[in-house]
Amino acid sequence: MMVQGGGRPLTGWGRYPVVVARHRRSEDLEAVTRGATLSRGLGRSYGDASLPGSSDGMVAVTTAADRLRWFDAERGVVRAEAGVSLATLNRLFWHRGWSVPSSPGTQQVTLGGMVAADVHGKSHHTEGCFGEHVRALRMRVADERILEVSEENEPDLFRATLGGMGLTGHLLEVEFHLRPAPSGWVLAESQGYGDLESTVDALRSAGPEWPHTLAWLDLLARGRAFGRGVVERGRRAEPGEAPARPPAPRFPPPIPFSLPLISGTTMRLANIARYWSRRRHRRGIVHPDAFFYPLDVVGWVNRLYPRAGFTQYQAVLPTGAGVEGCRELLDIMVRRGAVPLLCVLKDFGGEGKGMLSFPKAGLSIAVDLPITERTQGAVDAMNDFVAGAGGRVYLAKDTLTRAEHFRAMEPRLPAWEAVRRQWDPETRIRSALSVRLFGDAT
Amino acid sequence: MKVLLVGATRGMGRSLARLMAERGDRLFLLGRDPDSLEATAADLIARGAPSPVGTALCDLEQSSGFESALDAAWLALEGVDVVVVTAGLFGTQEALEADAEFRQKVLAVDFANTIELCEQVRPRMLADEGGTLCVFSSVAGDRARKKVVLYGAAKAGLSRYLEGLDLTCREDGLRTVLIKPGFVRTDMTAELDEPPFAAGPDEAARAALRAIDRGTPVAYVPPVWGLVMLIIRWLPTWVLRRTNF
Ligand SMILES: Cc1cc2nc3c(=O)[nH]c(=O)nc-3n(C[C@H](O)[C@H](O)[C@H](O)COP(=O)(O)OP(=O)(O)OC[C@H]3O[C@@H](n4cnc5c(N)ncnc54)[C@H](O)[C@@H]3O)c2cc1C
Ligand SMILES: NC(=O)c1ccc[n+]([C@@H]2O[C@H](COP(=O)([O-])OP(=O)(O)OC[C@H]3O[C@@H](n4cnc5c(N)ncnc54)[C@H](OP(=O)(O)O)[C@@H]3O)[C@@H](O)[C@H]2O)c1
Repeated sequence: MMVQGGGRPLTGWGRYPVVVARHRRSEDLEAVTRGATLSRGLGRSYGDASLPGSSDGMVAVTTAADRLRWFDAERGVVRAEAGVSLATLNRLFWHRGWSVPSSPGTQQVTLGGMVAADVHGKSHHTEGCFGEHVRALRMRVADERILEVSEENEPDLFRATLGGMGLTGHLLEVEFHLRPAPSGWVLAESQGYGDLESTVDALRSAGPEWPHTLAWLDLLARGRAFGRGVVERGRRAEPGEAPARPPAPRFPPPIPFSLPLISGTTMRLANIARYWSRRRHRRGIVHPDAFFYPLDVVGWVNRLYPRAGFTQYQAVLPTGAGVEGCRELLDIMVRRGAVPLLCVLKDFGGEGKGMLSFPKAGLSIAVDLPITERTQGAVDAMNDFVAGAGGRVYLAKDTLTRAEHFRAMEPRLPAWEAVRRQWDPETRIRSALSVRLFGDAT
Repeated sequence: MKVLLVGATRGMGRSLARLMAERGDRLFLLGRDPDSLEATAADLIARGAPSPVGTALCDLEQSSGFESALDAAWLALEGVDVVVVTAGLFGTQEALEADAEFRQKVLAVDFANTIELCEQVRPRMLADEGGTLCVFSSVAGDRARKKVVLYGAAKAGLSRYLEGLDLTCREDGLRTVLIKPGFVRTDMTAELDEPPFAAGPDEAARAALRAIDRGTPVAYVPPVWGLVMLIIRWLPTWVLRRTNF
């Protein structure tokens, strides 16, 4: 087992904050999680969710534990160890006519991370979160027992674990449903819209017809064009439409160093280029990676961000808040001096099973923000607004939300905390996030 | 391709078996732990290996069991095209110096018994009109270094044997592929500090598979280690005396 003795700096995807932490990795997940205080997958959560809560904590890194236990080809059900990556699952199952539901915007995530964050994709309005497709979990709880958990067996623990950010126990195995996919390829359409209102309208109206939808906004345009954007819609191609050969897996080239290229200026240029190149209606068959994982094209895209690190502010505003709510939120951000680098909107369906899962019916807004001295103030101001509007923020992306704000947004929190307390009265399992938001001791 | 793997339950052997499973090779596994063999076979089938993936017990500490284990594999696969041996044991120099029993075990497993297994594979493959025997030795066998005196000696002996086997048998159709991994992140190396050029097991396995397919007599995996070892082999002895790596 890899034990980084005195600890090594560990961060999430945003490279902020940095925590010196002891961690270890092994193919034997039962062994590494024994006595560990937190599990961590591929570290694609942006902030502090995968960082230990205290300096004497021990983080179990799951990525080497990636066995499939079985695949039932009749029913499309898979059971696998928590460390297997979505990229591996996609490579193995796309060409056999199956897809993993509710895929997030990167495939460099583990099954454990997908359950713990109860991830959503461009398909939330049709498929819900990943947790809706999970049948059972094998997990190690705080008193070190190993349990099989599902809707039938310890349903409270099951629902508290979907979206529970790893705080209810260590996930060892996940059993979940795949979806039939007529082909590996995707039929995609994109179209630009000149202002925020028409972009949001187009996103919403695409929902009933298209299983996968998303809009990205050019927030750097000023005046009437503020919030102009491109709506992307897609569905799996039918065999007749797509090339007969399955899409070949792509391997992004690694770079071993940082190259901070993404700044307000380069992103302004990139956004403008993207808007103008996609403004006109386009339709065609595309590689699934290009449609689902545009950011994975460079696996190390976070190295391009400013050295001080970055965060992503992702909030959902309930349907009632409308386009005006979205405009107001973005206004607050810009007024507070945050420099939005990338902004993505998603159309959410209703809440799912997860007691603390992020999505609810409405509009999801996600912006990448570099960490500067003004970011905390901007996040506070946005959180004031989101809490008042009945929305909430996504813990897998969050770095800067304050405990009071989260509690104000999350009436479900006490019920989730009660389940957590029942299984872990001493909060043995904790993260830097749970210290920041749920008052755990360091 | 019909492949017999010894040591596919973990590490580079696991990665290599998965690459073979994904391209549809027929597999048979030898190992010392029945549960872990079964879990490995299930993983390989779920990843696309033709079912069944047979297994049989074989402990490298006990050469008496080799014959029946090889019989089981030859019978199940109806002949074997490739035998891959990744099974091996590592011990730090301190641990090996301190514990005579452990020392004898590592020397037996990595040297004497691995060679015995190869000796039992040799006549079978020659009788089958040839095949490929791929065995994982180590860069540690290329040059003596303070940190790997004992382990390195076992691997050096193994490497020399495999080179010799290739000299003798390639003409008759038995191709020996000697794999020399550099530092690869598996459970074997989990407690060691990572040197530069450390690689993941999948990357090492991809390079090893290329060597198997081409019948390359000696392959460093990942290939950059060939260059690293070139330099280390050329270092003057006084440098190795004074440094500690
Ligand atoms: C470019 C990019 C795009 C993204 N797009 C989306 C998106 O569209 N939708 C979305 O929902 N998310 C998205 N995310 C967020 C990402 O899907 C989640 O953060 C996910 O949890 C990351 O998985 P991971 O394996 O990297 O987990 P980590 O980041 O390593 O951990 C995340 C959380 O899961 C817990 N955890 C991990 N493994 C286990 C385990 N075995 N047992 C218990 N707890 C565990 C950790 O404790 C931590 O709380 C995106 C992230 C990036 C970088
Ligand atoms: N990792 C490196 O950096 C590195 C560097 C140079 C050379 N090597 C060599 O490369 C080979 C593979 O290394 P690895 O890192 O993949 O190792 P690993 O992860 O430790 O896996 C070793 C494999 O060998 C099996 N094994 C061990 N002892 C055995 C025995 N007595 N009988 C039967 N099987 C046994 C193990 O089976 P169980 O599951 O039953 O334990 C396991 O499948 C080894 O020969 C090693 O010496 C490795």
